Amino acid sequence: MNKQGWRVGAGHAVDEARPVRFTFDGVAYSGLAGDTLASALMANGVRLMGRSFKYHRPRGLVGIGAEEPNALVAVRRPGFCEPNTRATMAELYDDLDAISQNRWPSLRFDMGAVNDALAPFIPAGFYYKTFMGPTRKAWMAYEWMIRRAAGLGAASREPDPSRYEKMHAHADCVVVGGGEAGLSAAIEAATAGERVIIIDEAPALGGWRLREREVNGAQALVATLRGFDSVTVLTRTTAFGLYDGLQIAAVERAQDHLPAFDAHTPRQRLWLIRGKRIVLACGAQEQPTQFKDNDRPGVMLAGAVRGYLNQYGVAAGRRAVIVTNNDSAYQTALDLRAAGLDVAAVVDARETLSEGAAKMARDADVEVFAGAHVTRAIYKGGLRAAEIEQAGRIRSLPCDLIAMSGGWTPAIHLSTHLGGKPVYDEAGGFFLPPKPRPGIEYRGAMAGEGLDRAERPLRLAHDRAFVDFQGDVTVKDVKLAHREGYRSVEHLKRYTTLGMGTDQGKTSNLAGLTIMAGLTGKSVAETGVTTFRAPYTPVSIGALGGMDAGERLRPVRRTPMQDWHEMNGGAMGESGLWRRPKAYVRDGETVLSAQIREARAVRGGVGCVDVSTLGKIEAQGPDAAEFLDRIYASPVKTLKVGRARYGLMLREDGVVLDDGTLARLGPNHYYLTTTTAQAANVLAHMEYHAQVTWPEMRVSLVSVSDQYGAIAVAGPQSKALLSRLAGEEAFDDAAFPYASIKIIPFGGVSVRVLRMSYSGERAYELHVPADAALSLWEALIDAGATPYGTEAMAILRIEKGHVAGAELDGRTTAADLGLAKLASKPTDFIGKRMQARPGLVDAARPSLVGLMPADGASRIRSGAQITAGQDARNPGPMLGHVTSACFSPAMERPIALALLSGGLQRQGEMLFAHYPLRDETVAVTVVSPVFYDAEGARLHA
Amino acid sequence: MLIHCPFCGARDHAEFSYAGDARLKRPAPDAPEAEWLDYAYQRDNPSGPHEELWHHVYGCRRHVAVTRHMSTHEILAARFAGTSGVES
Amino acid sequence: MPRYSALRLIREAFNRQSGWTPAWRDAEPKAGYDVVIVGGGGHGLSTAYYLAKLHGVRNVAVIEKGWIGGGNTGRNTTIIRSNYLLPENALFYEHCLKLWETLSLDLNFNVMFSSRGVLNLANSDAQMDAYARRGNAMRLSGIDSELLDRDQVRRMVPHLDFSPSARFPIYGGLLQPRGGTARHDAVAWGYARGASDLGVDIIQNCEVVGLRMGSAHIEGVETTRGFIAADRVGLAVAGRTSQVAAMAGLKLPIESHVLQAFVSEALKPFLDTVVTFGAGHFYISQSDKGGMVFGGDLDFYNSYASRGNMPMVEDVASAGMSLFPSLGPVRLLRSWGGIMDMTMDGSPIIGRTPIENLYINGGWCYGGFKATTGSGWVFAHTLATGEPHPLNAPFSLDRFATGRLIDDKGSGPYPWRH
Repeated sequence: MNKQGWRVGAGHAVDEARPVRFTFDGVAYSGLAGDTLASALMANGVRLMGRSFKYHRPRGLVGIGAEEPNALVAVRRPGFCEPNTRATMAELYDDLDAISQNRWPSLRFDMGAVNDALAPFIPAGFYYKTFMGPTRKAWMAYEWMIRRAAGLGAASREPDPSRYEKMHAHADCVVVGGGEAGLSAAIEAATAGERVIIIDEAPALGGWRLREREVNGAQALVATLRGFDSVTVLTRTTAFGLYDGLQIAAVERAQDHLPAFDAHTPRQRLWLIRGKRIVLACGAQEQPTQFKDNDRPGVMLAGAVRGYLNQYGVAAGRRAVIVTNNDSAYQTALDLRAAGLDVAAVVDARETLSEGAAKMARDADVEVFAGAHVTRAIYKGGLRAAEIEQAGRIRSLPCDLIAMSGGWTPAIHLSTHLGGKPVYDEAGGFFLPPKPRPGIEYRGAMAGEGLDRAERPLRLAHDRAFVDFQGDVTVKDVKLAHREGYRSVEHLKRYTTLGMGTDQGKTSNLAGLTIMAGLTGKSVAETGVTTFRAPYTPVSIGALGGMDAGERLRPVRRTPMQDWHEMNGGAMGESGLWRRPKAYVRDGETVLSAQIREARAVRGGVGCVDVSTLGKIEAQGPDAAEFLDRIYASPVKTLKVGRARYGLMLREDGVVLDDGTLARLGPNHYYLTTTTAQAANVLAHMEYHAQVTWPEMRVSLVSVSDQYGAIAVAGPQSKALLSRLAGEEAFDDAAFPYASIKIIPFGGVSVRVLRMSYSGERAYELHVPADAALSLWEALIDAGATPYGTEAMAILRIEKGHVAGAELDGRTTAADLGLAKLASKPTDFIGKRMQARPGLVDAARPSLVGLMPADGASRIRSGAQITAGQDARNPGPMLGHVTSACFSPAMERPIALALLSGGLQRQGEMLFAHYPLRDETVAVTVVSPVFYDAEGARLHA
Repeated sequence: MLIHCPFCGARDHAEFSYAGDARLKRPAPDAPEAEWLDYAYQRDNPSGPHEELWHHVYGCRRHVAVTRHMSTHEILAARFAGTSGVES
Repeated sequence: MPRYSALRLIREAFNRQSGWTPAWRDAEPKAGYDVVIVGGGGHGLSTAYYLAKLHGVRNVAVIEKGWIGGGNTGRNTTIIRSNYLLPENALFYEHCLKLWETLSLDLNFNVMFSSRGVLNLANSDAQMDAYARRGNAMRLSGIDSELLDRDQVRRMVPHLDFSPSARFPIYGGLLQPRGGTARHDAVAWGYARGASDLGVDIIQNCEVVGLRMGSAHIEGVETTRGFIAADRVGLAVAGRTSQVAAMAGLKLPIESHVLQAFVSEALKPFLDTVVTFGAGHFYISQSDKGGMVFGGDLDFYNSYASRGNMPMVEDVASAGMSLFPSLGPVRLLRSWGGIMDMTMDGSPIIGRTPIENLYINGGWCYGGFKATTGSGWVFAHTLATGEPHPLNAPFSLDRFATGRLIDDKGSGPYPWRH
């Protein structure tokens, strides 16, 4: 192979002094610094770069930028693989390693190409018409094969080693597009004193002007812009979405062009930029023309041909036929001629040339066929000729390149992201953006400026002319969609997959709907265009979410004792955003045996548990009592200073929201706790009612969840242990009875001590400033308390029939939980009125009961369903389910709580707890949910 | 979206937690059943301007009543909930 | 109408595809119908199909303001499952699933129902218990479900994050093997073809602008193509239900919210089942074409704009990459937004309204696509007989007044939390 034999001149973008080595499908090549993978492959004479999705037809480059539908490759690095990368967007670096996709065994000999021969049998939507039988499961077998044939590149199975970052930025003016129009807008804004951010997807500003022979003008604009300190330039950055509040979302490819990733820089960076105004100067996209075999390697967009020549010094062919319907392609003729390349002819669809076209044709000294069309590309191992038709006469023009221009259409995508319909410009043959929203302006091509007028052909191209290259949608497919009634542009797209590829229809949508318009006899404007949605070009999932993925997804919340738990045998378990010790496992123990030891230690002596995860709220103000009385179903106003009680809270629909402790520290000062799970919801619920429902009430609510650590000290010896630490007097029962709160100094630290009990034992909950919590925790353990985890805590509360998350599941009422009395005060409170609806007081509702295994030994599992029938295959109606279950060391047998239809009316009945997921059925007896110490004597032990 | 919190200024909507229709009025305890049903469940759900609450949870924790167009997301007004006037 | 088959495809190959005819008749509206169904999405079309096929009611029009299947039918993540906790939901969705299983053969249109399994990951002990409760209830109702442990999940989906540093370790999961996906557009087209073949008029580009009210009932619908009289009117306009019901003076327990969904560039087979995340709202599957199809939470604000904003895009991408750490380099190709009818208990409303001959089918929240089959089936029954079928009787509009709510998630009357 000729070494870069197709490099015919000096491109503006490349540095001839800096060769760059790279491989494609394992073959080593050499390109130049500044090349893209596409231009470098082309310089080496590589024309075949990919295979199409459906027919596996051999494909080469069509375009030069983001629009490229064909040249998709996988770019590999150690431990990293990026599939479906457009070769036109991949900047060349040393040792770039790219492979082709969607072919087997090789790009040149691809077995999938058999599909091309079968094309008549597999038209658009063929799969809707077959693969339905013989059995109803048959599709699974067909699908297996279809899935393997479909898809483009392969995703890596290895974790992405790259770093991603996110940047928020603000500017007076955000300019999208670094072409001439964008540069001018940015200079204007900067001159007016605005802070400007200008974004362009290319490595350098200048846009299409950089693809001209002469680039001095563009470079002068860039130099002017660079002179302003107030301008931030983001290159290699694609603005992919426009969002509410004048926000541009963009992705910067910060390292994809470098030979090795620097660990301290992200591979890609997500930019979220708000502007006071946004200027969209996104330029225009050239459209292909349709003729038989227009997808063959060697058939390219005319503008792209110019770009490869001027920017990279690469010839796309030695002898070109140019096919056009507008003036722009004549520039391609001029540029090719200037580079000493041959132009066989310009084939112009227009009967009469414009003055400009005629002049350029003369300057280029090129033959023009007016009112003519290319009817076919003749391809035999390479492009051989263009077959053209003029006034009924067919002739063949030998060439190795067909440069086509079906006109230019503004890149209006971002302009429609916030809604609004594009407007068809009949004279120009393109869609313009909708009327801009306040704060958005259009410049350059998007404002309809500088676009060559195109004449859209009225004639229908050959059936085997490709409309969507990547998806293999042909003119025949569009005709079929029309014949079968899929005539709306959206039906056309969905039925034929037109515009659904990775290029998102940038080179196919307009042609597709123009053909459909021709078939239906409607105008293009009436036919309309499919909705453009973000992203403008595909964006990596890493860029969008990589920064907040993994351990940063929802950061772990930590209590002051977190390290202690982890260093002292804590078997940590997930609990919402927290990780809590299930039990402290000693040598020779399992989590199960440890939790039983811990529960026994509490009932027999004293234990301590970290309950810092509880929500903690301070409520203060002259109306605090009245406010809380309306928030809680439990009575609040009757609570005396220094006392505490169980607080039950409903939603307005009468269902239980949460429970916790309610303590009065002063006449206008309450300290409230919530469950771990509902902490945020309860505060928001209270704030809502304080600010929205009763804004006149003087109450202030502050979360102090993070300010206080909390430790429950429970067991008959709790009082003795605490007395040793803080003095006997403080814990005298007369002055500190059950259900009260007291501030007690522990070695100089004021601790809010709540005498409440979750375990049923005499217990104290110590709320201690977070920075002193760990030392207090250690002091308790040094003094002899056994640390216990969440499992022992659960055992203790199940033994007492106390409810927790599994019972408070957002569907249960106070009555369901046996707490009806607590929600029956005469005054108004949230949920009072709605809890009386018939469906909420139905006697058949499941309510809280206890269960014991009928044999006294079988394990009952949470999540088991309860029925009256023993046979799991014919169990009868479901009566309820097991909410919480454990082995009870106090009862020395398995016990469970359940929500059961009929509730305690069924006490003594034998029912069956089915767990068909494990093929288990356990006979259970319905008992009171309070298994242990029903009279509550242990609270005072 | 940018929401104008009267206390904190213009902030991204991700700082807020949505809290629904701002025009709901909690009925009197003895109001007819229908009023309670309306309050708890029925919503105007307009396709045009809608006054709704945004709770500034990652800011000042005030509820802001925002008038926003449901089809364009255009924000037309914002005030503190529970107040009649504009405090910004 | 030509029957679809492989043989026919071969014949047409030699016939230049000229023998195909429109999949459905694009009808002109008549002066009146026995039943007018407002909304040409999957639900409206399946209602019309079952009305004609099972109830012999063929003088039916389906009126669509745009193109059929253009609403949420064509904007979802195509997941089909019946793994619900509450019996009302489980029974209804199981009926839907059974209809899915034979739908391609019934319609002679391949809707590509793929029973590849739906796997809900559990990320805590509490979640394993909650899934056990659900799975056991499903089993006892005759619905397939399996509780998998961590190793079983790993064998099924090996490239999930099983590393020790995973933020939310995978404890196990609940699998419904019969769940899966289907080709969403095909469902609308297949039902349209089937209904049209049975005589139903499918009228596109015809927007309902009013409901003409008699003394206690509806006389017909005012449309952009004139008045159409109807004995019975059924609304199947999820996303816009409040708007259309307001034409009859009804206020509903519904808010419209936007839900975004996403698809990546096409990849070779990567994921063979539907996976949902336990520690956040995230679900993902791979389409037959190869795109990773995924979504997450609502954007959390009322909207009719069919588009969302970046915070949820980022959130969903983060969740996706946390589950599958190798997805970083894979590119997101398209995003879209659907308007969800979010009800106050997270369950749909199918049945009568206070207006005698006006029936409603809406409030589908996230779950509308998988219900397309059964929704039409029960709605057809309701429209034909004037009475709900036992399967949709619990989903009545008056359940909010009676307090017999169907709140599968237990989130209460905050529609954006369901």
